[in-house]
Amino acid sequence: MSVKIKEYPGTPLREEDLKQGKVLLVSYWPKARYVWSAGVAIGRYLTELKNGRIVGRLCSKCGRIVVPPRMFCEWCFRPNDRWVILKDSGVVNTFSVSRITADATRIKEPLIPAVIQIDGTTDAGILHLVGETDPEQVRFGMKVQALWKPPEERTGSITDIKYFRPTGR
Amino acid sequence: MTAKVAVIGAGMTQLRSITPDLSYKEMMFEAAVKAYNNAGVDPRKDVQSFVCSSEDFWEGTSIFDEYVPDQIGGSLKPVCTISGDGLYSLITAYMQISSGLIDVAAVEAHSKASEMVSIRNIMSLALDPIYVRPLAADPYFVGGLEMARYLHESGNTREQCAKVVEKNRGNALRNPYAAHPSKTTAQEVLASEAVCHPLGRMDIAEAADGAAVVVLASEERAKALCENPVWILGLGWCSDTPCLEAREWGEAVYAKITAERAFRMAKNVRPKDIDLLEIDDSFSYKELQHLEAMGFCKKGEAGVLTQKGETAPDGEIPVNASGGSLGMGYTFEMAGLQRLCEMVLQLRSQAGERQVKNVRIGLVQCWRGIPTASGAAMILTSERS
Amino acid sequence: MSIKKRVAVVGAGMTKFMRRAQETGKELAYEAARMALDSCGLGIEDIECVTMGSAPDAFDGVHMKGEYLIDGAGAWRKPYMRSYVGGGTGVFAPIHGWQHVASGLFDTCLVVCEEKMSSCRPHPQAAFLTIFDNLTERPLGPNLVWIFALEMHRYMHVHKIPKEKIAVVSVKNKKNAMDHPCAQLAQKITVEDVLNSEILVWPVQRLDISPTSDGAAAVVLASEDVARKITDSPVWIDGVGWNLDTAYWTNRDLYYPQYVENAARMAYQMAGIKNPREEIDFAEPYDPFDYKELHHMEGLMLCEKGEAPNLAWEGVTQRDGKLPICPSGGLLGVGNPIAAAGLMKICELFWQLRREAGKRQVPGDPRTAVAQAWGDLMQVGTVVVMRT
Repeated sequence: MSVKIKEYPGTPLREEDLKQGKVLLVSYWPKARYVWSAGVAIGRYLTELKNGRIVGRLCSKCGRIVVPPRMFCEWCFRPNDRWVILKDSGVVNTFSVSRITADATRIKEPLIPAVIQIDGTTDAGILHLVGETDPEQVRFGMKVQALWKPPEERTGSITDIKYFRPTGR
Repeated sequence: MTAKVAVIGAGMTQLRSITPDLSYKEMMFEAAVKAYNNAGVDPRKDVQSFVCSSEDFWEGTSIFDEYVPDQIGGSLKPVCTISGDGLYSLITAYMQISSGLIDVAAVEAHSKASEMVSIRNIMSLALDPIYVRPLAADPYFVGGLEMARYLHESGNTREQCAKVVEKNRGNALRNPYAAHPSKTTAQEVLASEAVCHPLGRMDIAEAADGAAVVVLASEERAKALCENPVWILGLGWCSDTPCLEAREWGEAVYAKITAERAFRMAKNVRPKDIDLLEIDDSFSYKELQHLEAMGFCKKGEAGVLTQKGETAPDGEIPVNASGGSLGMGYTFEMAGLQRLCEMVLQLRSQAGERQVKNVRIGLVQCWRGIPTASGAAMILTSERS
Repeated sequence: MSIKKRVAVVGAGMTKFMRRAQETGKELAYEAARMALDSCGLGIEDIECVTMGSAPDAFDGVHMKGEYLIDGAGAWRKPYMRSYVGGGTGVFAPIHGWQHVASGLFDTCLVVCEEKMSSCRPHPQAAFLTIFDNLTERPLGPNLVWIFALEMHRYMHVHKIPKEKIAVVSVKNKKNAMDHPCAQLAQKITVEDVLNSEILVWPVQRLDISPTSDGAAAVVLASEDVARKITDSPVWIDGVGWNLDTAYWTNRDLYYPQYVENAARMAYQMAGIKNPREEIDFAEPYDPFDYKELHHMEGLMLCEKGEAPNLAWEGVTQRDGKLPICPSGGLLGVGNPIAAAGLMKICELFWQLRREAGKRQVPGDPRTAVAQAWGDLMQVGTVVVMRT
């Protein structure tokens, strides 16, 4: 069938065609705004971040301590059991070095996104950034510690932690 | 016809106007726990497929499918998402079981309508970007146009539409799950401010938050697991044109075709055999329009039937004894599943104060809301034929 | 599991994949659907139901995008549903279509997948921000490429894979795509070109990534009796599988796609395949990034964990190799209009198994092939096994 078709439909346009007005455009700015309930689990998580602490949840059936916290254990399918205040240090599970921002704009100073496994948890990592280090120096398994914003600047967000920095130990 | 697939469990959270204390995950978990308990299954062991309903822009998250598995027990299991009402997901799960691929499936839908701050802007995003959106009108104009044309063609009146609101919000007073029960009178409805004439503010169902999960099983598993399975006798779904310009405004053609398909599949069931209807009333006139389109009465008769009380819980053809969307709250993609949960309770004689007498066969129907002309329907029974 | 009805693909069609198309989403869907119908001599009246697959509404800028596409997809006054599992949609939509026919409710089904990413300005990349968790991740301003880079880096670290052995996949697929008439990014490049291309999010470089695209594809499905009346060479959907991992992707070890393995097992069980490495003649795994092809080869159990890069390096996965992978040119070469890209792979299996793939034809006598798509936050695997 593929060999029998002579012409495949589709009219490619170039960015210049749009700029030069060769095709008509309709533009629209969506104004989709939401207010999300953090709920019990993330509500506590964000509140504790404002207090300068990382909290997780324990499922006593399988023994997993998880972060970001949820009120249920997805593997045992049951409500989990208690809050655990965790250390604000951890280990780099994986990392990368980004030269672009969310909308693909190029940046000069690279960002180092990483999955950081928080000490005391079982396979539980969070997404954050590694800072105060040369990208060349970051290693898998590297020990890091959270650098918090000063209390008056914290808003109850994951960004209350500025980044995780290597502890060299 | 021997039904092959049954509902063996259902669970729903109480519908509420706002739910600031709970995240959608926590609400879904609650509904799931209730449903699996009702069905007597362990989702990690017994449920082989999970089908969820959602639309990105209601949630404010793209690829919302990502966030569904954990709280319903579906992590590392076959989970998929249908962009449609919960009834569509139920139909998908039905097809999965009917194909022989799996035996037990769970279906989920929820609403966090209270989290949408700019609801009209979000609704407008569903309008055609080239031909309709530039008109920059309140999206409810689609409802206003349709109501005007429908009343003109059918001869039903605004007063009769207002009666639907009175009935349904009154029915909701007996429903502990309902978010908007009230002793509203038809006069109050007629006096409410116009949104897009003839559609008034009180003709429109107010939104509510909630979550529902339903468990389906094949014939063999249903008999083994469940004492009171609710059998699916027939189903249908249909989409009319999305183009407003090309549409039949007076008749809900999608509902007509949907019902024809469902009755054809249910073989020996006729509209007169249906003991209870739970159908879309997200706008007051929609209940009348759907009744007529689906063949429960002639065109122009639905208003009179309502006025005479024939669609009340103790009437000839009870409609929306639950309170419908007008009384329980409009839950967007959960609407069909919410009605299905109500129907399951009614068919099992577990509907408490709102129990309708002698409900053996019921019909559940949904409409996908403005600006669509799409809907689905299902015929269910508590008896084996 | 006791499947009652056999279902076949009897027709296929697709549009060119382009960075930006003049056609609207409806028109793209129509062109692909029209071609699929023409390819098997059917009219829209012969189609009993339609399923649509399309990924984020945020790209097209239309909420309830599935409803908007109804007329383009030929679904006027028919039963119509849209499924959506992120990037996995392109292979899930035909699975959904298979469910329609295998259930016994319908004899024919039209499956359409469409994507118009260019509507999102200034760049579709920005819309991907909204896939991350609204409360715990979005405030960090992540780019979609971050999550791929994190996974790629983990994969490379665990198996000690040098970048060259991954870059070779991009070279292969872009070259394969030169024989695909719809290809957006077909070109002859070298491993050096990939390694020298702009670093976006290390270890991901520009030539490791497939582009954003506009495009559509469609297939016609039919039940066994009807399929044999429509065509002499139906291609059977013998296995379907899908699987979704936990949303908490940062709680997982990303080096291996367990969800792809689970989906593959489900599909292989249905197809009666016990030794995929031997029994599968060629495969179209999802390759939005070059390392993903390797990652998914392992998940599909076509080789051992960590072995895929060596197979690629040694040429085993070339079109004339022992196990051709992505003979179409994949997403890297043909383009990545998310849902349509997955369905393109199904189309490719259809054409290849009927010996109609022309210059892309895999030599020998391929009988059994597998297509796979992936999506969400490194979460979903959708797998289809097709046979003649």
